[in-house]
Amino acid sequence: MPTEKKGFSRETTTWRELVKIFLRNKLILTGFIIFLIMLFQTVGANWISPYKPLKQNYQETLQAPNWKHPFGTDRFGRDILSREIYGARISLRVAVISISMACLVGGFFGLIAGYARGWTDLLISRVMDIFFSFPAMFLAIALAAMLGNGEGNATLAIAIVYMPLFTRIIRGSVLAEREQDYVTASVALGARTAKIIFRHILPNVISPTVVQAAICMSYAILIEAALSYLGLGIQPPTPSWGTMLNEGRTYLEIAPWMSIFPGLAIMLAVLAFNLMSDGFRDVLDPRSRRRPGAPSKG
Amino acid sequence: MGSNVWQYLVRRILSTLLTLFGVSILVFLMLQLIPGTVVEQIMGIDAMVTKETVDSLRAFFGLDQPIHIQYLHWIRDVTRGNLGISWRTGKTVMELIVDHLPVTAELTFLALIVAFLIGVPAGVLSATRTNTLLDNVTRVVSLLGLSLPVFWQGTMLILIFTLMLRWMPPLEYVGFFENPLRNLLLMALPSICLGTASAAMIMRMTRACLLEVLGQEYVRTARAKGLRERLVIYRHALRNAMIPVVTVAGVQVGYLLGGIVVIEEVFTLPGVGRLVLSAIFNRDYPLVQGAVLFIAIIFMLTNLLVDLLYSVIDPRIKY
Repeated sequence: MPTEKKGFSRETTTWRELVKIFLRNKLILTGFIIFLIMLFQTVGANWISPYKPLKQNYQETLQAPNWKHPFGTDRFGRDILSREIYGARISLRVAVISISMACLVGGFFGLIAGYARGWTDLLISRVMDIFFSFPAMFLAIALAAMLGNGEGNATLAIAIVYMPLFTRIIRGSVLAEREQDYVTASVALGARTAKIIFRHILPNVISPTVVQAAICMSYAILIEAALSYLGLGIQPPTPSWGTMLNEGRTYLEIAPWMSIFPGLAIMLAVLAFNLMSDGFRDVLDPRSRRRPGAPSKG
Repeated sequence: MGSNVWQYLVRRILSTLLTLFGVSILVFLMLQLIPGTVVEQIMGIDAMVTKETVDSLRAFFGLDQPIHIQYLHWIRDVTRGNLGISWRTGKTVMELIVDHLPVTAELTFLALIVAFLIGVPAGVLSATRTNTLLDNVTRVVSLLGLSLPVFWQGTMLILIFTLMLRWMPPLEYVGFFENPLRNLLLMALPSICLGTASAAMIMRMTRACLLEVLGQEYVRTARAKGLRERLVIYRHALRNAMIPVVTVAGVQVGYLLGGIVVIEEVFTLPGVGRLVLSAIFNRDYPLVQGAVLFIAIIFMLTNLLVDLLYSVIDPRIKY
């Protein structure tokens, strides 16, 4: 039997079984459902959105939520629900691209550092330490300020912020894998270094990276929204959740719905990734499921 | 402390100095990322100026020197506490930072208190009632706390407590020594906002550490002796479980520093974060550069301090 009652045996579990184990976890399932809704909004924005996100209607400015506009309208009479739906597309796009970039570039350096060790490792690790010396949000703001605003630069800033994290994680895993017999055997058989790293070691160090990517995805959504909120990320009139919140600030007293709904959308999106990453951690780390020896008072 | 600890401390301080050198290079190079030269930023790209004027400005800012010489001049000034002159105000960057620092320090300190006051009791409750409704609710609330965007939380708190209920004074900053009560009232919402995510992290850490400690034999012995459960938890288990939690506080200072720009902007607080943001919009790059370096140094020193404290407060740790 490939799977145990709790957790799974890493060597024999197939992908299908792994998915089953993951979906049996309530946290992952809830997060995944919210994520699917977000994905549906992103892909189907053109069909499900009741109005065009940029369509202005000066007869219907600052309307409170009603049947025609369930989330209300903004100062230009634009439908908040439609802008929220299109905003999901931008948030998810920035998060996916930035974290993928961070994962690819950071992962590459991590593979090299962990395999080469010695001076190469020291140099790469020291450079990455420099990036760790800044609070993440602060570094993103500083980079976005220097690079200039816009979606591309915000994506790049977030990617740079999270790149060192992936380098560190992959490096650690590679250092452990490098000592395994299969690597020694490959070296003895005369396999090329690139082949050993990318074909043999890489598949074995991917799983911790996936969990980290889920965690970072939530941070990326938060940072993108914060950058746009501060006016350093996506620029109006493009509908991004952060930009919408920024626009809503001025009208907080007379049109609070302009701020409430985009913020809820950000929270749900971040919550989805947090739930999934917590669930992944539960499933992948059996220690976190262990009951304490102490009797419960409740 | 044994000689190993001293060796570790020296190694850790040296490595911090090395990283600090790297940080200074990165912060210096940040200014080179800006599109256009510094002179163009000051004069405007379309400005009608003669080549002589541009050359004299370049010479004034030392931009006619090779980049490594520029860096050496800059780092020499930085080590003397001179972070440059703000282009907009004409004041020194250090002077501006020092002027705005008390607000940021107060906000960070209060946020940390909020984080501990909420995080530790919630973590203890959750750990002592594992797998009950209360535990599950606490865990879900902590996840929600981690998922709340601070700027939205701030906006909602202003909407509810300042605009709707009118419980809070208008957002006009008053210094602590000017009017302590009003200052604390004003700082309450931003501190709660900034401290929420940290409270969630501290709660999770307290829960995890306490669960681990509660499973250990000395706790079982304490129970076997007939000690009351409250004493077992607060006197025996929590004291040991708190060691890693206290060190998390240091990490949280860094996290809180990351959030100050947003929170100070939401609540219009005149701190270092808002200073940086206004410098960004005014294209006052020496001020941005100086403030970024300053925050990085504070962040690194806090991490260093946490590492050093860790070795002092937990004698079990071997180096």
